[in-house]
Amino acid sequence: MTVDRTALAEWSNVLVDSAILIYAIALLAFGVDLSGRGRRADQGSSAVAGADAEAEVTGAAVAPVAGGSAVATVEHAAGSGTTTTATTTTVITTTAHVVTATVPARSRAAGIAVSLTWLAFLVHLAGVLARGLSIGRVPWANMYEFSVAGALVVTGVFLAILLRRDLRYLGSFVVGPVLLVLGLAVTAFYTEAAQLVPALDSYWLLIHVSVAFVAAALFTIGFSVSVLHLLQHRRELARLLGRAPARGRFLDTLPPSAELELLAYRLHVVAFPLWTFTVVVGAVWADAAWGRYWGWDPKEVWSFVVWVVYAAYLHARATRGWAGTRSAYLVFAGFGCLVFNFVGVNLLFSGLHSYSGVG
Amino acid sequence: MTRVPLPVPGVLRWGWRQLTSMRTALLLLMLLAVAAVPGSVFPQRRSDPARLADFLAEHPSAGPVLDRLGFFDVYASPWFSAIYLLLFVSLVGCLVPRTRRHLREVRAAPPRLPRRPDRLPVYRTVTLDPGGAPPADPDAVLAVARADLRRRRYRTRPDPGGLAAARGLAAERGLLAETGNLVFHLSLLAMLVSVAASSLVAWAGQALVVVGDGFANTLPMYDSFRPGTRVDAADLRPFSLTLDDLQVRFEENLPSQLGAPREFRADLTVRDGPEANPRRERLEVNHPVSVAGARIFLVGNGYAPVITVRDGEGGVAHSGAVPFLPMDGQYTSRGVVKVPDARPRQVALTGFLLPTAVLDPDRGPVSVFPEARSPRLVLTAFAGDPGQDDLGLDDGVARSVYVLDDSRLTRLLGADGEPARMQLAPGQTATLPDGAGTVTFDGLRRYAVLDIRSDPTRSAVLVSALAMFAGLLPSLFVRRRRIWIRVAPGQGSRTVVEVAGLARGEDVGLPREVTRVLDVVSAAVSAGAAGDATGRAGAPTGDSGSVPREG
Repeated sequence: MTVDRTALAEWSNVLVDSAILIYAIALLAFGVDLSGRGRRADQGSSAVAGADAEAEVTGAAVAPVAGGSAVATVEHAAGSGTTTTATTTTVITTTAHVVTATVPARSRAAGIAVSLTWLAFLVHLAGVLARGLSIGRVPWANMYEFSVAGALVVTGVFLAILLRRDLRYLGSFVVGPVLLVLGLAVTAFYTEAAQLVPALDSYWLLIHVSVAFVAAALFTIGFSVSVLHLLQHRRELARLLGRAPARGRFLDTLPPSAELELLAYRLHVVAFPLWTFTVVVGAVWADAAWGRYWGWDPKEVWSFVVWVVYAAYLHARATRGWAGTRSAYLVFAGFGCLVFNFVGVNLLFSGLHSYSGVG
Repeated sequence: MTRVPLPVPGVLRWGWRQLTSMRTALLLLMLLAVAAVPGSVFPQRRSDPARLADFLAEHPSAGPVLDRLGFFDVYASPWFSAIYLLLFVSLVGCLVPRTRRHLREVRAAPPRLPRRPDRLPVYRTVTLDPGGAPPADPDAVLAVARADLRRRRYRTRPDPGGLAAARGLAAERGLLAETGNLVFHLSLLAMLVSVAASSLVAWAGQALVVVGDGFANTLPMYDSFRPGTRVDAADLRPFSLTLDDLQVRFEENLPSQLGAPREFRADLTVRDGPEANPRRERLEVNHPVSVAGARIFLVGNGYAPVITVRDGEGGVAHSGAVPFLPMDGQYTSRGVVKVPDARPRQVALTGFLLPTAVLDPDRGPVSVFPEARSPRLVLTAFAGDPGQDDLGLDDGVARSVYVLDDSRLTRLLGADGEPARMQLAPGQTATLPDGAGTVTFDGLRRYAVLDIRSDPTRSAVLVSALAMFAGLLPSLFVRRRRIWIRVAPGQGSRTVVEVAGLARGEDVGLPREVTRVLDVVSAAVSAGAAGDATGRAGAPTGDSGSVPREG
């Protein structure tokens, strides 16, 4: 039995290494997509359209309102529903405020990149599962396992979002950090598969840490979007001032900054309650393990700091003078604290959360 | 008659407005985050006094300054307290008017249609012609719309619509968002109050219990005790316990993690009071044992060598288990045996316990595994004059049992003139130099370090945390929307339907919702015009990919 387990742990390492390779190729493909898109954008197709189209159409047949690729049309089913009766209700006029935004089509490289990311995700998932099976517990009890499983959740959350919205342009900014984390994990944090120390031997480990993963994944993706938002905002500003922005042509293929800002906000708005939950559950666990729900242990301090900074971000967005780009800086601060909480606190400070296994 | 307003209330009002402004709250929130950081950088008096002592020793000049500035007690420091208290005052100042307004809004009907609905962020209109049939009855149409909106949890009210012969409906939903927001912030306040209360009524103590020994919940039994400000000895309920067994397991197979802890498990016999029946309990890390309003936690363990000291006159001057404190992961432990009753001279022993001793060529004897596989005691001895109380046990000054003050003691030397060093395996006896007596290492027992805590406010804190979370979700995810519908007769038998929408904050789904309502109303108009012969007409399809105009 122990032989099987050792073999599983080795398989896990091989799978994680393979995933890293596939992620690297996916990152390359995402990069090709971005750069390729940048060139095409210059050839003229309008990347951004924020027109307020109003149209008035007379007659039974309602023509699509002109003015963009994704313009809403109000089509009244003049024939279908009411022709069964003698009278036919006809639409005479229809007016609507419509805002359009083009959804940029991605290149073939983006499709390849997403397929590769899926493949890498599955291999990565197999690696994490093998690790878990090799030790018969949840595979996130030391810094190596934590980084590998956390990176898996980042990819998973990104792919889950992709199923609902085309955010493939974010690919590089998600797969890049994932690769970085995995690289650090296998080179700097690697720890042999082993049983749990008693302090971690609790079902709360499953709840507390897995929710923390999802929250951190969303914060990570939200951070990437905020970076793009700020870059896009600078570019738009330069345009407005009549300067031609020299670098970052790939940004022309991305949505306008306002839309990126809203997307970042919506990601954070999901991440924040998850982080709140992480902290509350952590306090409940601390109460059972150490007899107090809060003791200002370094990990607790930084979790609190992260929570407060993101709370400040959510408030800043609703504060005059802070909305938009200024609140984006709070996202940067929050993400910096989050990363420090996962890396710096584990390696620099000694505290009750010292489970890194590194050293 | 002019009255010059007093400047002081003006300043106060100005200050209050500043304090309760969102901008100030935001600033305080960011300050709070920054102020919390030093507590993770500097050792804190409450959580790690040992590391603080080291830090103070290493930084003799900066240490006291930092201490005075509160950097070793950050979360009780005046500046940290000032920030969060100001934040909460600001919060109260913001919440009170908001709660009042919200209560008013909850009771009030949705606001009426604005004079120019076409200027609202989302506005749709359609003119319908039934093609010769009589126009639909607006009231019937609106009844359909009302039923639809009610199903979607809108509150509705009839609205005259501001036009002659028009009928309208005002609808609102999502007040839960503000309710949730208020609940969230009020729960934060409740949590702060509960935590503050816990510093009055909570207590915690630590006790070291050797396997086989007992513990009674009285102050003298504790090695350290931290009472809340309103706690006295009478608050300690008279429970007692015996530590029957302590099983400890360490990593044995994996070379890279050899000796890492794997399992700590204590078996207790607990009595909730002097009269209560004893019950057996298993105490583990993460699994505290509850007893008489307190909880017992297993927070540490170690070895207590059983040592017998016979003095120079041949009598047994000391016999019993002496807890040694582990200093590393291999449980190399340090300890002191004070034998004040030894005659003719007092004896003190200090030294190390090595659970699995190996002779290292460079470092001498070291422990290589935390399990007691080949335990060795390595001791040096001191002697003192009982008449002078050189051991210093009777002068009333509190001294740690783990530290030996050897300033007035004489180190016993061996035959070679070097300090005598005795290395003992279990069962062995060594003779002390100068006829001071003998030491016997009888055996090894384990001890457990127990944290015993009581905090009656825990459940209040938990309830406020859960309420906070419950309030957070609707506050972030419920969308507050207002929808207005106006149905007016147009030329001939035509009917003009207008639907307008307004949201608080961003609401990507609002245009879709307005279109949906427009479709419902249009269908009702068509159906009404057809004399309800076919029920509801086929619902027109609306757009689904648009986003609201920035407004």
